[in-house]
Amino acid sequence: MAKITRKEVEHVARLARLELTEEEKERMTAQLDSILGYIDKLDELDTSQVEPTTTVIPMVSVMREDAVRPSLKQEDALANAPDRQDAFFRVPRIIED
Amino acid sequence: MELHRLTIHELRDLIQKGEVSPVRVVQDFLIRIGQVEEQVQAFNTLTPRMAVGFAKKFEEMQARREKLPPLAGVPLAIKDVICTKGVATTCSSRILENYVPPYNATVMARLNAAGALMLGKTNMDEFAMGSSTENSAFKKTRNPWNLGCVPGGSSGGSAAAVAADMCAGALGSDTGGSIRQPGGFCGIAALKPTYGRVSRYGLVAFASSLDQIGPLAKDVRDAAILLKVIAGHDPLDSTSGNVPVPNYEAGLTGDIKGLRVGIPSEYSIPGMDPEVESAIHKAIRVLEGLGAVQENVALPHTDYAVATYYLVATAEASSNLERYDGVKYGYRTPRSEHLIDMYMKTRREGFGPEVKRRIMLGTYALSAGYYDAYYLKALKVRTLIRQDFTEAFKRCDVIVTPTSPTPAFKFGEKMDDPLQMYLSDIFTISGNLAGVPGISVNCGFTKSGLPIGLQVIGKPFDEETILRVAHAYEQATPWHRERPRL
Repeated sequence: MAKITRKEVEHVARLARLELTEEEKERMTAQLDSILGYIDKLDELDTSQVEPTTTVIPMVSVMREDAVRPSLKQEDALANAPDRQDAFFRVPRIIED
Repeated sequence: MELHRLTIHELRDLIQKGEVSPVRVVQDFLIRIGQVEEQVQAFNTLTPRMAVGFAKKFEEMQARREKLPPLAGVPLAIKDVICTKGVATTCSSRILENYVPPYNATVMARLNAAGALMLGKTNMDEFAMGSSTENSAFKKTRNPWNLGCVPGGSSGGSAAAVAADMCAGALGSDTGGSIRQPGGFCGIAALKPTYGRVSRYGLVAFASSLDQIGPLAKDVRDAAILLKVIAGHDPLDSTSGNVPVPNYEAGLTGDIKGLRVGIPSEYSIPGMDPEVESAIHKAIRVLEGLGAVQENVALPHTDYAVATYYLVATAEASSNLERYDGVKYGYRTPRSEHLIDMYMKTRREGFGPEVKRRIMLGTYALSAGYYDAYYLKALKVRTLIRQDFTEAFKRCDVIVTPTSPTPAFKFGEKMDDPLQMYLSDIFTISGNLAGVPGISVNCGFTKSGLPIGLQVIGKPFDEETILRVAHAYEQATPWHRERPRL
């Protein structure tokens, strides 16, 4: 049985904000299906008693003094903007008329 | 003298003694780049004026007999995934083609402070996703040992530039083998540090719990020198460990008597190239000849590492790459109706096929209904893989494996089958999942003249021991002195 359907690929692409061509959807479904088929081998392992590992080093919350320090200049922060107006990033219309 | 053939430590010693001018060094490398870059295609961007400018400053200091910083005038190549202030950082992706970072990565600040010069930014698989550098949106980097073969990846440009003497050394990044595998394919010394050993501040994120920056170099001493400069705690990266950084170069004693070398039986796999297998066996005998003791160890979950990796790494990547939305930096589609449409088209036009595939796989693994079956399952198997190493290191000091099951392959050979490409990282991926350090050194050549990589894996934060073992091996063998004919 297929691990992933074309409909699911379309759903995931929407979640990922990724527009796919018809041909890409076709190819992606086949490739993801084969990769997920391979990944199924993890089911051979009983992990019911195993804790998940999200990081290999002990993580601690880091605090620092709330002190004023130099930071990126506004002009530098805007320098790579694809579109800008004055001191703002400009984007296409968000709300329909 | 052909200065471009020298190692970092040789150049450093000549420059520090005032026997050679940093300007001459840089010019010699620029001439070399001019001669071979057309064949090798290692660089995305060259920065010759900047390099010569800094070299002049050091030349003047030399003339005034002032004390020079330790790596003054040593020319390096930097993987195009590491942010360099004022110099394009593209990740070999259309989506970042015109991105010029307003800040330096911590590793760049440290290299600059040490006096090292940057010659340029090197080609890579787009966003470091790949094992052949064929996923670059810009060019195909060729293996200097055989121009019909890939240099490995994703740090293929850095590895090829070092092997072709176009720089004295380089930096790369390694998420599943991306320093060690191209290092092996190109016959150089290439080290992935322990997770947390080197700051990731300014490294464009792929999979944040796996990524590490590390050196690619002509010999192990050079790798030790570069690691010393870039390693250490950084307040700008909370995942960098507050662990003292030893003087790695001083640790290269050549003495490995009584050291226990673990050999995992799980690393004899079907599909292993017989020439690779025989070279590794010979290398183990060399280590025994130096007084090391062989120990059989078990890494029983090795067979599950690739599957685990492709869930963990893609899940983290799908989240990290959400930032490419065409708003604050990077490419934006010229054709869009509204905001969501702009996101969808920008990402469609900006990302290449492998990046899209991994974003899709990662998004799927994290999505409602599949999180437990895929992502959480992978995190649990990651625990088992990590425990394998903890157990194995109770019986040995280092683990020795091939870096990859085969030598460099031909262009196009694995491009149509993502899974086959993923499996070429089978021996390096576990190291990232467990967070342990590993170094690849050249351990011989196939009959057709392709280098073979030997991997030495160590305990967390014990780069010192893997460097000592790799260096002792290197001193006992001729391989690291070989150079490709270009």
